[in-house]
Amino acid sequence: MIIRKRLAAGVCGLLATLAVGLLPTPAAAGEPDTKPAPKVELVLDVSGSMRARDLDGQSRMAAAKTAFNEVLDAVPGEVQLGIRTLGANYPGQDRKVGCKDTKLLYPVGPLDRTEAKTAVATLTSTGWTPIGPSLLAAADDLKGGEATRRIVLITDGEDTCQPLDPCEVARDIAAKGIHLTVDTLGLLPDDKTRKQLSCIAEATGGTYTSVQHTGQLRDRVHQLVDRAADPVVTPVATQGAQECSTAPELKPGLYNDREKFAEHRWYRVGVRPGQELRASVSIGADRAVDNDYGVLLRAVSAHGREIVRGSEAGDGRTDAVSTGLRYPMPDADTPDGGGEPPAETVCLQVSNSFSAPASVKRDPGLPVELAIDLVDAPHDAADPASFGLGRGWWLLITLALAGLVGGLVWGWISRWRISVWRTN
Amino acid sequence: MRTLRTVTAALLAAGGLLATAGPALADDPPPASGSATPSPGSDPDSPPAPTEAGTSFRTATLVAAGQRATADGSTGDYLYWAVPLDQGQNATVRAKVKLPETARHGAATWQLDVYDGLRRRQSCRYGMQARKVAADAGSVELSCTLRTVRSWAEPWANDPLPGRYYLRLTATDLSPQDLGQPVHAEVEAAVSDAGGGHAVDGALAAPLVPGAVPADAADDDSSPSATASASPGPQAAAGEPDGGWSSGRWSDRWIWTAAGGVLAALGGIAGYRLTQGRGRPSRVPPGA
Repeated sequence: MIIRKRLAAGVCGLLATLAVGLLPTPAAAGEPDTKPAPKVELVLDVSGSMRARDLDGQSRMAAAKTAFNEVLDAVPGEVQLGIRTLGANYPGQDRKVGCKDTKLLYPVGPLDRTEAKTAVATLTSTGWTPIGPSLLAAADDLKGGEATRRIVLITDGEDTCQPLDPCEVARDIAAKGIHLTVDTLGLLPDDKTRKQLSCIAEATGGTYTSVQHTGQLRDRVHQLVDRAADPVVTPVATQGAQECSTAPELKPGLYNDREKFAEHRWYRVGVRPGQELRASVSIGADRAVDNDYGVLLRAVSAHGREIVRGSEAGDGRTDAVSTGLRYPMPDADTPDGGGEPPAETVCLQVSNSFSAPASVKRDPGLPVELAIDLVDAPHDAADPASFGLGRGWWLLITLALAGLVGGLVWGWISRWRISVWRTN
Repeated sequence: MRTLRTVTAALLAAGGLLATAGPALADDPPPASGSATPSPGSDPDSPPAPTEAGTSFRTATLVAAGQRATADGSTGDYLYWAVPLDQGQNATVRAKVKLPETARHGAATWQLDVYDGLRRRQSCRYGMQARKVAADAGSVELSCTLRTVRSWAEPWANDPLPGRYYLRLTATDLSPQDLGQPVHAEVEAAVSDAGGGHAVDGALAAPLVPGAVPADAADDDSSPSATASASPGPQAAAGEPDGGWSSGRWSDRWIWTAAGGVLAALGGIAGYRLTQGRGRPSRVPPGA
């Protein structure tokens, strides 16, 4: 926020961002105003089923309340926390009304612990389980700012408001590029709930936990809220093109994009002679994909010559498949008239060989994370051995024998010279 | 007598040289020497071992070599750590997962993957990188011994280079009913020095650390690109090996080569001395 104000005040944006980037380590703790505050929203299911008394002898609702109280006490200072409920108000049978029943219990912002706790204490388990609409509303609560966002969804049952599939809702939210992660916790979940919750987590790069005990619920929520406070570099959204000539020009940094199944995208990077390009790419598997998959990253010159490639393939359950490449551009002579030699355009092609069963939705594409670095080119090797130096007993014996032979020859020559001098 | 004296002096001088090289030579096979295996875990001054793990490359938790990092997670989580490894190091990564005590529905495969700073997967020379565990097993142990980290490699090679190494621990195959159960994971990267036998020429300008912009490049007006998004993570300073990244200029090849030179000099003196016999024959009169 503050950065924005500074920008508005006319401070050079580049300098400001640079300054933020170069700030020393404990910036998050010591100077909270330099970093946007991470936002977390706890989304709690308050549907009728939460009345069941089967979580260590307590009702699920009571267990959730206890856990919330303890978590609220320990929320890190810089985290902005909000609480949203689903199914808290409408006890009736009308599906249409019940599926709109989601309410922001405590708005996202600096936390007032007493107020938040009072709000939590008033909850009684009541109505339906509209997970999809709640996720949409929660994403809306968290909007604004550049910080990382996290939704912690706690529920004991699957969504009762079909046909809106909460898993697709989650994927659509994630595809908006707002750095939003949904972590899900299922209270004694059945098979359908587990499937739905793990799908939501997978779609946003979050985690899924099946809660069997009250202590586990508290520890996990606490851990997730803490995790939100961890400083992390947020990627910048970009959109790769179908061919290199129209591709976006990228500066060093972290980028995200979306790429459909078996699609490839192009990006461009300007590399000056004497610089090394380092590129890494991860393509996330945020939905059910076929068992075998791969990714290919190619660096191609502007004329279409492949310079170097990185590729990776794998099988089995995965969150992402990634690869990288480096391309040191050789030094060039400074052009006549001085000045920097011009940067050469290197095209980066990112392609994937993911596939999926026909039932899986193709849109939006798979999340792509692209990291670009430019550093000085390395000192190339003149000799495979370190500095061309030798090592080992054979070296010592050879050198010693050479020395001995040299000494013998030198000695004989000098003896011969002395005897010649004597005879004359 | 004079030649004898000069030869003795030369021998003494050479011996002195060798003696100075001696202690260094004695150090020469260093794989097990104490300084080569940093163990910050046991050092009271070092930061405590992390008790959390990241969930992606971006959020990977930094662990120093020799530190034992722990994390609590759920089955199905992808746990990430990052370890800085420098050139000339042999690293063995070990992971131990305590599996949930509740009844599980089937066998699961746990896997430990190692990626370099460019997110390229690194092969293991040996070690069980993936293991299938039965439904009633209490824990699983995995390990991976990486190739020796080199100071330089061709861009077309996948050789391990100095920089950050990511460890990813996850269950790659499991019964869906077992998702989300609590697990406790421990990882540790043991590092030993490979010695000069693996030293190669050349060095990277900067280790393979994502977002690493060397100071001079950041000042350089031509890379205004070091934007906030590219800036090194706040933990960047912590992600260095013990004593910082090495320049790649030192290897014990310097000692071997210098010792060879000394031996050659000694050999030369000895050879010369052989040809001179035992000095001037006594029966030759001094004036001749």
